[in-house]
Amino acid sequence: MTLQHQEEYRDPQLSRRLIDAIRRTSTRPINLMEVCGTHTMSIFRHGIRDVLPDTIRLLSGPGCPVCVTAQPEIDTFIAYARVDDAIVTTFGDLLRVPGTASSLQKEKAAGRDIRIVYSAFDALKIAQANPDRQVVFLGVGFETTAPTIAASVLSAREMNVTNFLVACAHKTVPTALEALMQSDQVQINGFLLPGHVSVILGLQAYRPFFDQYQVPSVVAGFEPADILEAVRRLVEQIEQGAPRLDNAYGRAVGEDGNPKARSVMATVFEPVDAVFRGIGTIPGSGLRIRPAFAAHDAAIQLPVQVPESREPAGCACGEILIGAKTPPECPLFRKACTPENPIGPCMVSSEGTCAAYYRFHH
Amino acid sequence: MCLAIPSKIIEVNDSMGVIDVAGVRREASLLLIEEPQVGDWVIVHAGFAIQKIDDDAAQESLRYLREAAQLLVDDDDPGAAANG
Ligand code: SF4
Repeated sequence: MTLQHQEEYRDPQLSRRLIDAIRRTSTRPINLMEVCGTHTMSIFRHGIRDVLPDTIRLLSGPGCPVCVTAQPEIDTFIAYARVDDAIVTTFGDLLRVPGTASSLQKEKAAGRDIRIVYSAFDALKIAQANPDRQVVFLGVGFETTAPTIAASVLSAREMNVTNFLVACAHKTVPTALEALMQSDQVQINGFLLPGHVSVILGLQAYRPFFDQYQVPSVVAGFEPADILEAVRRLVEQIEQGAPRLDNAYGRAVGEDGNPKARSVMATVFEPVDAVFRGIGTIPGSGLRIRPAFAAHDAAIQLPVQVPESREPAGCACGEILIGAKTPPECPLFRKACTPENPIGPCMVSSEGTCAAYYRFHH
Repeated sequence: MCLAIPSKIIEVNDSMGVIDVAGVRREASLLLIEEPQVGDWVIVHAGFAIQKIDDDAAQESLRYLREAAQLLVDDDDPGAAANG
């Protein structure tokens, strides 16, 4: 098996056909939203916005994990970094996110021990190698990332690595979709559902949402043909007035997702109300560590004082994350705010909408 | 954080595996998938394999895509298919 199909999903001819089909079908102006940072990147990288007809507006939603992380959570992470002797481990894109008074990068420059890891497992290894120090892993991300961190917590317990702590700021996608539908700031006619969150959750997780809101929703993969096919299906559903919950990423997503990963996640985490940057509190939209795993919960094992949080002045990230504004509508975009000197998280993360506009949109 | 490119499992040692991502070898945890085998294609996220790719489903949806795209063009504009 060569998995040659991966290449074929990039076939320009196939993409052109799909674009033709979309152009033929689309008659009314619609807003489609992608809620996955990897989709945002792929859409920009492949220039998909430019080839769609004017009737279709693609909005980037709250799909960048670092971007939706609320300011008080960022400030809490920074506070962990200031605990003497603690080691903070994190995925790279959190490093430069500005907190209220500092950033992890500034703390690192000031001598705090902050290490970028590729996986939560690497953080666990660091904890094993430093048994006399508390090692805090900063857990951000959606249902794709949460199981990997849950698995690391289970391994830590099994191996009795008691100094491995997780600062849990995970968010969940289906509840966020509901909040977006309830927002009166933006009208969404269809959703491109995230590919890899859906790998874990399966189509079933969106059924309650879909049954209630009846908004066209299609799971999409990441190659150009994947995204175009999902757009084509959304347009078709909208034009026909026949909304469906549909799957255009069948090679990786099934009805039931990955039950093993979901069970690992449910063993370690439970739902909690969470604050999304831009949206505010959404009931049951976050994950926290269950009391049975309190030994690995940084919130319990490592209490920190966090000064009152403030969002960066003038930053429109919040409105950008719900599709109510685009980056050029932010007065700081490309002026005070650039990838070299980011003011808000949407310019920091490679998955952030402002960063994507900066790089690809001229 | 998502690696959109599928990786191939080339070694399985208990719950850890070695994967090949477009020619680059990396370690990945296999804790989150059922019965990982050498030769499986998987999606890897943050150092963990999170799903096997179903190659039959991939071929089938590709066929479907090609047919759908072709038919739509043929139906509406026979000339366009010849150009493609
Ligand atoms: S351009 Fe910068 S300041 Fe403006 S919304 Fe984006 S991240 Fe915030």
